[in-house]
Amino acid sequence: MSQTILQQESVPDLSSQPAIVSVTGLTKRFGDRLVVDNISFDIQRGQCVGFLGPNGAGKTTCINMLLGLVEKSAGEIRIFDLEAPRFHRDIKARIGVVPQADSLDPDLSVEENLRTYAGYFRIPRRLARQRIEELLHFFALHNRRDEIIEHLSGGQRRRLLLARALLNEPQLLILDEPTIGLDPQARHLIWERLAILQAQGTTMLLTSHYLDEVSRLSQQVLILDHGQVVVQGEPRQLITDMVGLEVFEVDGTAAELDALAASFRQCNATQERVGDKLYVYAREDCSRLVKVLGEAGSWVRRPANLEDLFIQLTGRSLRET
Amino acid sequence: MNGFSFWTIWLRNGRVWKKNILATLIGNLGQPLLFLLAMGYGLGRDMAPVAGLTYLQFIAPGLVASAVMYSAALETTYGSYTRLTVQKTYEAILMTPLGVVDLVLGEIVWGASKGMLAGVIMLLVLPLFGVMPSPWVVALLPMLFLSGMFFSACGLIMTALAKNYDFFNYFTSLVITPLFLFSGIFFPVQTMAPPVRGVLEMLPLTPIVSLARILCYGRFDEPVLMKIIGSLLATGCAVWLAGYLLRRRLIQ
Repeated sequence: MSQTILQQESVPDLSSQPAIVSVTGLTKRFGDRLVVDNISFDIQRGQCVGFLGPNGAGKTTCINMLLGLVEKSAGEIRIFDLEAPRFHRDIKARIGVVPQADSLDPDLSVEENLRTYAGYFRIPRRLARQRIEELLHFFALHNRRDEIIEHLSGGQRRRLLLARALLNEPQLLILDEPTIGLDPQARHLIWERLAILQAQGTTMLLTSHYLDEVSRLSQQVLILDHGQVVVQGEPRQLITDMVGLEVFEVDGTAAELDALAASFRQCNATQERVGDKLYVYAREDCSRLVKVLGEAGSWVRRPANLEDLFIQLTGRSLRET
Repeated sequence: MNGFSFWTIWLRNGRVWKKNILATLIGNLGQPLLFLLAMGYGLGRDMAPVAGLTYLQFIAPGLVASAVMYSAALETTYGSYTRLTVQKTYEAILMTPLGVVDLVLGEIVWGASKGMLAGVIMLLVLPLFGVMPSPWVVALLPMLFLSGMFFSACGLIMTALAKNYDFFNYFTSLVITPLFLFSGIFFPVQTMAPPVRGVLEMLPLTPIVSLARILCYGRFDEPVLMKIIGSLLATGCAVWLAGYLLRRRLIQ
């Protein structure tokens, strides 16, 4: 597989390095609507930061401001210690983006797509040819090189978008819903490749509604809602602190659930009722209550996860903008 | 170096175009050639000479200019709008070091190149109709390119304003078709009544049609300089406006 192209210079001491991305007080207004409200965050070298939030939370606007596709109303953005948008040409030369919507050239073949994109970065032709070769192998696209984009599967297109984003050996990779709409096989292949890139030290900014994907890839998460940062930190830590250790989900009639809810008050746990369902978020080991549950209809016991944290912080109501 | 970054966008469009050469050439050249045949050969046989030329000779240079206009304007309306919306090509390009200025220049120069190609092919075909251009015709080439820049920029302005493909009907029906009919391709503008003549001479295709006729036959019967300066100014303004409007559309 690819040895040369995807390697970054290794930096042993992360703390002394300036952040790859440093955002302070970032704000965006569209008319009267405040879409991004005074956001600050850093992305350190080699980290993968998961950017989460319900639809309309301001994630995409935020990323587009980093890329200069949306003008900021206020605040400061520094990427690679360069001020944006003033040095956007230099900044974007060192960023790779996997956009949410497919923006491949449908009339061109797989290889022509990559050659054309390498041209935009002014990568010398020989070097481009070599990188394209390596990336086609890395993403298992080498035997589809002459295929027209229309004939590719969803997974192949996504892999090609990833390959395209890596042509310029980016120091920061921005992934906007990288596995949306893919089958499990295709998603796993992409995760595996992203894990290799991470091991090689590529810094990543990931947005996704698949919270299992975020748990798998990110060392840091940042949850946005209504244009503000609700919480940021290490995901496991946040889950333990804010949700608990494990979750019991119980189905039953109102009377049954009332009785169970009373029993669970003996344990350090928070409870939530949604329709015919009781959620118990246990902050300590509540094993001793399992015998009470045995009498209830159907229940599951599982570790608390990022989805619980997400729902807790942003609520259960639908967001339709 | 950076000043020529737009060239990579030109190359991208060329790469796509190569795959459908025949269809685009027929689309761009069909109309002017059919007009030359029907009006010049069919209608012109029974007509008295116009401004000292047979009718076919009279309309041939103007049809060359119209081929440039159609080819350039259609490229940056239907073609560019597809790249802007359906294919998201512009979005992909703006994620690279290229900016809106590169994008606008790349698209306009590409449209002008396509227009110029259509014009050159028309010129090469003219001898088949018995029209022999003078050596001055070489000086016409940069003027055709300039006119291609102007109409590409106009098309891109429409693209920046368009909400859907139907919007381009306004442009083709209310701008391009009237220009085709009233810019002196089919009748001499100079002999019209003064107020009408004044209006027609202000149309952006009129000076190019006149220049095409002058340079095609090497007959300098009209002043040339003002036409060139006017075309340069109009092109500069159109390119600037296309850049301004496309930036407003792409960068929120």
